[in-house]
Amino acid sequence: MGCTAADVVAAVRAAAAVVQEHRDELVRLDQAIGDADHGENMKRGFTAVVSRLDAEPPDTPAKVLKLVATTLISTVGGAAGPLYGTAFLRASSALGDAAELDSALVARALQAALDGVIARGKAAVGDKTMVDALTPAVTAAASADGSVAATLSAAADAAAEGASSTVPMVARKGRASYLGERSAGHMDPGARSTALLLRALADTAAKA
Amino acid sequence: MKKIINDPETVVQDALRGMQAAHPDLLAVHPDPAVVVRAGGPVRSKVAIISGGGSGHEPLHGGFVGRGMLDAACPGPVFTSPTSDQVVDAIARTDGGAGALLVVKNYTGDVLNFEMAAELAESEVRSVVIDDDVAVKDSLYTAGRRGVGGTVLLEKIVGAAAERGDDLAACEALALRVIASVRSMGLALTSCVVPHVGSPSFELADDEMEVGIGIHGEPGRQKVKAGTASEMVSALLEPILDDLPFASGDRVLLFTNGMGGTPLLELYLAHGIAEQLLADRGITVERRLVGPYITSLEMQGMSLSLLRLDDEMVELWDAPVHTPALRWGV
Repeated sequence: MGCTAADVVAAVRAAAAVVQEHRDELVRLDQAIGDADHGENMKRGFTAVVSRLDAEPPDTPAKVLKLVATTLISTVGGAAGPLYGTAFLRASSALGDAAELDSALVARALQAALDGVIARGKAAVGDKTMVDALTPAVTAAASADGSVAATLSAAADAAAEGASSTVPMVARKGRASYLGERSAGHMDPGARSTALLLRALADTAAKA
Repeated sequence: MKKIINDPETVVQDALRGMQAAHPDLLAVHPDPAVVVRAGGPVRSKVAIISGGGSGHEPLHGGFVGRGMLDAACPGPVFTSPTSDQVVDAIARTDGGAGALLVVKNYTGDVLNFEMAAELAESEVRSVVIDDDVAVKDSLYTAGRRGVGGTVLLEKIVGAAAERGDDLAACEALALRVIASVRSMGLALTSCVVPHVGSPSFELADDEMEVGIGIHGEPGRQKVKAGTASEMVSALLEPILDDLPFASGDRVLLFTNGMGGTPLLELYLAHGIAEQLLADRGITVERRLVGPYITSLEMQGMSLSLLRLDDEMVELWDAPVHTPALRWGV
């Protein structure tokens, strides 16, 4: 089963709803080790994404992701804006002008997103960042076979585990790194939001 | 939470409207994307000095826009860096043909957004990143030191250099010299409340202080018992002096900064102690600045910054400046 621009739009809308729902949780996570803005910033960004999708829905999956990217870059701020913006931009490029996505394309897009985040933020696995959620997601997606839904679901499960793995870590990037050892014992908010987004995309694909 | 706000979601826009109303002769505020620029448009053949960062640190940066300091400031949401399109817009609005120097405080979000803007801008752009906070251990394993009080001194000095006609390379070199010569550290007696969060950013008992805080309500490196003013000043000054290190015979600018909720009475008290400690070490305070210039909302506390001066920096510090928050020589 394929996955058209309309399906991608539906998935992005679901992701926006999840971000809205978890806004307070992301604020709390960020309050513990950062500056308490992640939930608010992501909510602002995805609210803007939805209103642009309403205005003019793009006609290819790549264009949907590009709209998400440019909107997040211009509305989110913080580190999350450029990082998620770069992730969606690279994922968009990886899709080319395909009208429908299959699981191989999805896996390739996730890999491109991860490469972009690493190039922009220069974080590695173990630094307590979104890379800790996205890296296992990419690995899981690459070895999943079957439907887009199955691929995304494998990625989402791995991302959730990756996010949990950040709890005991001592942050080495971003504002949490200023806390040194005091950053241990809390989940990284960026890793959590990455896991939430992938779960929302996977759930939408499963329903399609 | 009690605050003089209508809606946490529109705090920054609402404040910018008031700023425009208060300073129509100095500033022009553009709402979307939010950019505060010097009144009168780009100055021909002058390097544009542009900064920005999260809001909540007022008067930084918008209050330093005007003759002899910044050409533009890009205000992000409270404690959140501005987006790159704000910075691109600020560059386009203020480049008078001599390029733009971006003054970036070392926070991951700020660095990433300004970096993207520099890639996207059509002007010749250079960036400098200030990281003067000695409270943060600078290592491969952190995001590096934060940009704090030294930013105000940098913006004043480099702003004066641009105003007298220094080119982009000269402004950049001067900025790097200031960054290499300035060190800062802060402490908090109370936390602050971010409007859209509504609760204190960290907990502090009545008799405790947080030493080594940044300017975003992020906790510092250690909580200790709050002592006397003399103990507090020493707790900040000693690490600063040891870090550069400053030595007997140095000429310095001493900047005693309030975090937003501390009265000037206490800042002057602290400043007097710091001057005495420096005199005891044979360090000459040649210029000073006292007041809340880089704040953290309503946080009580202070930071000290020490800049090792040379003749050129003194001349540029004394040069005329006309902005909402700093004004002399005009």
